[in-house]
Order: sequence, then structure tokens, then C-alpha cells
Amino acid sequence: MPKGSIIGLDTETHLRAVRELRASYARWLGGRMVHFVQTLQGVAAFGLITLGVLATHRGRASQVIRPLVWQQVLRCGVSLLPMVLFLSMTLGLVVIGNSLAYTNRVGASQWIPKVMGTVVVREIGPMLAALIVLSRAGTAIVIELGTARASGEVEALEVLGIDPIHYLVLPRLIGVALGVICLTVYGIVAALCSGYLWAFLQAIPILPGEYFSQLTASLHPLDFVILGMKSAGLGVLIALVTCYHGLARPLQVDEIARATIRAVTQGVILCVATDALFLVVYLLL
Amino acid sequence: MTGVDVASPRTADGISLRDVEWRIEPREFWVVGGLLSSGKTDLCLTAAGALPPARGSLRLFGEEVGGGFTQGQVNQRLRVGLVQDGGLLFRHLNVAENIALPLQYHHDATLEDVLPRLSAWLESTGLHDRALQPAGSVGRNWAQRAGLARACILEPELLVLDNPLTGLDPRHARWWLDTLGLLWRGHPLVSHRPMTLVVTCDDFRPWIAPGRRYALLRGRRFEPLSPTLDPGELPRLLLDEAP
Repeated sequence: MPKGSIIGLDTETHLRAVRELRASYARWLGGRMVHFVQTLQGVAAFGLITLGVLATHRGRASQVIRPLVWQQVLRCGVSLLPMVLFLSMTLGLVVIGNSLAYTNRVGASQWIPKVMGTVVVREIGPMLAALIVLSRAGTAIVIELGTARASGEVEALEVLGIDPIHYLVLPRLIGVALGVICLTVYGIVAALCSGYLWAFLQAIPILPGEYFSQLTASLHPLDFVILGMKSAGLGVLIALVTCYHGLARPLQVDEIARATIRAVTQGVILCVATDALFLVVYLLL
Repeated sequence: MTGVDVASPRTADGISLRDVEWRIEPREFWVVGGLLSSGKTDLCLTAAGALPPARGSLRLFGEEVGGGFTQGQVNQRLRVGLVQDGGLLFRHLNVAENIALPLQYHHDATLEDVLPRLSAWLESTGLHDRALQPAGSVGRNWAQRAGLARACILEPELLVLDNPLTGLDPRHARWWLDTLGLLWRGHPLVSHRPMTLVVTCDDFRPWIAPGRRYALLRGRRFEPLSPTLDPGELPRLLLDEAP
């Protein structure tokens, strides 16, 4: 092997190959980021259009729209309740089980309610509900709307003088937001209760009244306001991203699967980013 | 339509027909023939105000068509009905809900409120027994009829039909020709008011008798045919187009 060479290439060729690799990686990364920013722009524009329709069509065709909203609440809330309860209870056990292992060693088990309050109410509750709704109802929304777009049903609505945003998007937006809010509340209650149950089984000397009063003391009234805003915000975001990917551009039937994957990926990224944003709000309080 | 380029999401340049000059007078019965991918569907969507033209001026009942959903624009659009190829029913609704949807939406009514009118259309189209079936489970013959009932339930003045006889069995095709003739003269369910009709087709033969004006789509152009043309010549015009 010649001097200064790596894996059989002379130094100059090797450096050129590395530079090309770096450039191609930077191009790929840059392309992905530009695409993501463009999508964000599209989702924001879609959100503004939806807001406009919400304002201008208020009360219009309520006999048609209201049942559609309830249908979405049923799908994004009620039908997902067993799954959310199961996962929340499991997570409550996991959080308190892990916390106990450490707090017991340093004799700080009285901090358990505070840990539960912070972790479950502020973080896990809303995120868990949002991710479950995204994975179960969000995917269904992209497929439904994508199929309606590909088969020409959206144009058929326009022909009948029905605004597709009003008929297809608004009920989903309201339904998903309400669904995430309700599931968050139920999920938090289930996680806190299962957490207490685990602590009780581990012979931690905390009475239920004491546990819940410590829990309440660890939370600020603003926590509840922010919790409501956060879960509603995550619900609106999920509905917008999934409806955008289902409706925003003409789709062929074979593109629906890819649109669904894109919607879920971007939905997860946006939910996590929003969660991080709220963390900053919590730190500022 | 004046100097209209008909837009299309399916062609490479986004245009399916160029420089369309077309004026439809009240009570006319237009038959527009064209082979597959000649732009019939796009022309129907444009004529119904659902697909904005890529260029040119589109006026419905003397007013420029806007793409929005303000009350004025919606009212203008509702004066035109469109029956799409295969009926294009909404799959999340059953047949009756599909037909009632425009009436419910624009009059903010429940299904019970619109039941008398709905029943009359179900009876007239022979869909009574299939009213509660999911839209996706009815055959093309019946889905097409449901599409007609849905388009007519708001009593439009102009009815555009995209290839209404495609894929129908001869009995149903007969029913369509009779019903369209009745609509053109004034159907009882549209207050006996004669309708203006535009039909697209890929075979002129069934339309020689009912049609009054004819046009051809070829080479991405809309060619109105002379009223003095012998209707017997029409099928040959499309055959000459075939490869």
C-alpha cells in the first residue's frame, strides 16, 4: 500500500471521496430540511384557511356538520379510551416503579407524588394521548381523505357547493382536539391511580389522601390551563397535518401509503417540538 | 366560455383543451363527443364551475365564476348540476344520505326534514329498495341514478352529465334516455321546468335522437358542429378519430 493511503486509495483521491461524501450528505440533509420547512409552510397556510372557514362558516349547515363532529369524537376519543387507559396505567407503574427504586435509596420517597405530578401531568399524559390519536385516528384520516381526493369525491363536494374544508376538515379538527383533551384527562387519572397502587403495594407509607394532596400541592393552577392548551394544541396540530397530507394536493391511489407515512412522521416531529416548546413555558413559570 | 383553456391535473402541461369558445343557450340539449382522454371530464367540471379554467373567461348565467364558497358564489354554482361518471357517490354515506346531502347542507335540515323530496326522487329513480345500502355496495347502474338524483334534488337550471351511459346495461340506458328527455321537457320533480342539458359521450349513436346541438373534442380542441350537419354522420366523426 503506498505511503499516505487509506484502503488502497492515494491520499488525494481519498480526500476527494470524503469531500464528495460530505457534500452529498449535506445535500441530502439540506434537501430534507428544505422539504420539511416547505411542508410546515403548507400546514400553516392550510391552518389559516381552516381558521378562515371556521370563522366564515360558523353555524352554517349545523345539522350536517354536528353529527360529523360527534362521529370524530367517538372515533378519536371514546373508541381509543381502553387503549389509553391500559397504556397510562402501565406507564404509571413504570414511572413510579423506577422512581421508587432511586428515592428509597436516599430516603426521599415522600417526593413520589411530586415526581408523578410533574412527569405524568406535564409530559407523559398529553404526549401519550396525542401519539395514540396520531397513530390510530390520524392514519385513518389521511387514508380517508387521500382516497376521497384520488377518487374525485372532493371535486364532487365542490360541485354540490359544499366547501371541502368545512365538510371534511372542520369536523375532524374539532373531533381530534376534543378527543386528545378527553384522553389526556382520563390517561392522567389512570396513570396517577396506578402509580399510587404500585406505591401502596411496595409498602410506601403514604395514605391516598396524603398522596393526592401532595400531588395537588405539586401542581400550579396554571398547570391545568397549560395542560388544556397543550392537549388541544397537539390535537389541532395532528388534525391539520393529517388533513393536509390527505387533501392538499392531487393524489393517485398508490401515493396514499406514502402520504400516510409522511403525515405520521411529521406529526410525531411536530408533537415533540410542541412539547419542547411547552417545556420552555413551564421553565419560565 | 371565452378563450378558455380547460385545466387538467392529468396531463403533462396541465391543459386538456385549448381555446374553448362555447355558449350554451337556455333549453338547449348539447351532446359533446370525444374519445378516451379527450378532456370530457375536465370540460364537464369546468362547465359546472368546479374546475377553474387555466386561462380565459368562464361565465355562468352571465356572471364570472369565482372559485370560492361565499354565499353568492355557491348560489351561482347551484344553478348547475353535474352528474359525474359512475355517479361518484360519497362512500361514507348510504344512497339516501348521498341524495339528500346537498339539500340538507344548503337548507340546514335533518334527513327527516327532507324526507318527502328524498322519497320522491328515490321513487322516481327506482332506488327505494337500495336507499339504506352503503354507497360503495351498489352497482354502477344504480350509483349512476343516485348521482342524477343528487344533482337534481336542488333543481338546477343547467344539468351537465359526464358520459352517463358508460357501463350501463341496455335497460338502464333506455331509462336514462327517457329520463333525460323528460328533464329536458320539464320533469314533475323539478317543477315541470325545462332543463338545459349538456351530455358528453364516446359514442354518438344513442344521442342522435335526443340531442339538438353537437360538438366534438379532438386534437385538444372543442369543435361545435354545424346545426345543419346530418346527425347520421355523427358516429363516423368519432370513428375517424380512432387510431
